[in-house]
Amino acid sequence: MTKRNLETAENAKNLKRVSIDPVTRVEGHGRVTLLLDEAGKIHQVRLHIVEFRGFEKFIQGHPYWEVPVLVQRLCGICPVSHHLAAGKAIDMLVGARQLTPTAEKLRRLMHVGQMLQSHALHFFHLASPDLLFGFDDDVVHRNVVGVIAAHPDLAVQGVKLRKFGQQVIEHIAGKRIHGTAALPGGMNKPLSAASRESMLQEIGQIIEWSRGAVALTRKVFESSEEHSKNFAVFRSNFLGLIGPGGELEFYDGGLRARDADGGMIFDQIDATHYNRYIREEVKSWSYMKFPFLISLGADDGWYRVGPLARVNNCDRISTPLAEAERLAFRSYAAGMQHATLAYHWARMIEMLHAAEEIERLLNDPDILGTDLMAPPGQRLAEGIGVIEAPRGTLFHHYRVNEDDVVEKANLIVSTTNNNQAMNEAIRSVAARYLDGRSLTEGMLNRIEVAIRAYDPCLSCATHALGKMPLTVDLVDPDGTLVDRMVRDGEGSIVCSPSDG
Amino acid sequence: MSEPSIVVFGWGNPSRGDDALGLLLLDWLRQQPMIDDASISFVEGYQLQIEHALDLLQASQALFIDAHASCEPPFLFTQVIPTADVSYTSHALSPEALLFVCEQISHRTAPPSFSLGVRGERFDLGSPPTEAALSHLEQAKRFLAQLLASSSPENWSSLAKLNVRGG
Repeated sequence: MTKRNLETAENAKNLKRVSIDPVTRVEGHGRVTLLLDEAGKIHQVRLHIVEFRGFEKFIQGHPYWEVPVLVQRLCGICPVSHHLAAGKAIDMLVGARQLTPTAEKLRRLMHVGQMLQSHALHFFHLASPDLLFGFDDDVVHRNVVGVIAAHPDLAVQGVKLRKFGQQVIEHIAGKRIHGTAALPGGMNKPLSAASRESMLQEIGQIIEWSRGAVALTRKVFESSEEHSKNFAVFRSNFLGLIGPGGELEFYDGGLRARDADGGMIFDQIDATHYNRYIREEVKSWSYMKFPFLISLGADDGWYRVGPLARVNNCDRISTPLAEAERLAFRSYAAGMQHATLAYHWARMIEMLHAAEEIERLLNDPDILGTDLMAPPGQRLAEGIGVIEAPRGTLFHHYRVNEDDVVEKANLIVSTTNNNQAMNEAIRSVAARYLDGRSLTEGMLNRIEVAIRAYDPCLSCATHALGKMPLTVDLVDPDGTLVDRMVRDGEGSIVCSPSDG
Repeated sequence: MSEPSIVVFGWGNPSRGDDALGLLLLDWLRQQPMIDDASISFVEGYQLQIEHALDLLQASQALFIDAHASCEPPFLFTQVIPTADVSYTSHALSPEALLFVCEQISHRTAPPSFSLGVRGERFDLGSPPTEAALSHLEQAKRFLAQLLASSSPENWSSLAKLNVRGG
């Protein structure tokens, strides 16, 4: 496991205490602070993403049956994931965890539709190689641009893939964002034959484009091999849901954690027992918590979630085309893949699996069934729902009182699960690329590339205009701001003290 | 008004305080008697994303309405120029980045586009819009009515160059 030697400065007595309050200083969505010593060497690197706050207050006091609809309003990016995770939690609450075959398959279909449309965004952004890979080596850059230029329809395909995924959601939930579908113990309406036919007409093309996306991402990764294998690389544990046979699983399964060498830490854990295995650490310098595996402790128990974790973690993928790609991915790494940029490759493998799974579900006779509701069982006081959202494992945990009102809610979202990993990625970039006492645009690019691979969901953030995307601060031992770099929404560098 | 066609985007999270301003203004606009439905289309959502470029393809002009976190109150009206997305997440697109996507997929110049940002003050989850923001909203409504009374791109461009900030 990577030693976290840049999280907190050693010999802090020799450095002036710098208090950076994320509450008052974060004006945009995120901030990176880099602390130097007198020799100009980096001693501390921290990433502050705007914390996912306020949800407990938002949800408490509401009757439990409102929760699956309410949680969709937390975020417009992955409302389906929150809706389904909350739905699973409420299933448990009402004693109806075993859904009817049709209800479960409709939820799965909705979920892979969400996965497809979310991952398609990254495929789209392949059209902008600098954005994803941030090269400033001319030769490597030309290689990558050449690979992508040979695919002029990349942008259009990305938009159409995304639109298809949203249409899958809309066919089931009635709206592409914030529709209603999951009820306690089931679903609220069946899928029509016309809707199924409409999706089946397009799915062949969707699968072909998804295959192309994997091939392209792999080619880009390989054409910049030295960079891809060394950029923000660090070893970590991995966590995610797994199917009963060890297969890749998005909707429901047991929890599996592997160590950096692929050894099993735990496997097929009942996900509703997550808090016996995972704890959240609070650090003074961040509102966002740091989850870790209890058995390994806070220092060594942090982990990664999301596409790289899932593809690393699973033993197989249940759909044939994606499974072939997974084998090639694992063969390339010759073991566990730890490169940050491999997230993009793994993400496209998952997108292909989602497309194949959509086809499989649409051809399943149960998908048009009308038996949608499981009978309630024993009412419990707590409900827990765990799901693999596009960005990683998502935990919803509610406690409900005798009046059916939510008393307590705890959510661990994907971005929080990846909090330590994003910090490690930034530290790796800073240690390797910071030269002297000035921030450069190249350094800013690389920081953004590293964060982008994890694609944090800023679900707590407003999307108002005029919010600075990311601020990078360089601070010397006196607490003086040495340099600052901010790229605004228009791509301009907004402020940089070293410019004078 | 019957031509040209204008697409109006309004977005934000209605559960997050002043983030609701864009949607509130869009809702108000939809209900105005001055609106010729055939010539204006409305698109709403939580955030702008790549698929919204498809809504721009048939438009001859676009207006983006959102809360603004840092402009001088009560609002800011500007012209939007297509710019490649440089954000560090794929979480949302700026209007500039959306126009760039439109050009990428259509291989044509994006329609003349403008942004009306209404100053918001607080964006806490579960909170209603603030009184100050609602006051800014009222002023923005009056400005928006003037915009639509003379909706040529040339007129809007002139207003944007003046860096209209309301009042």
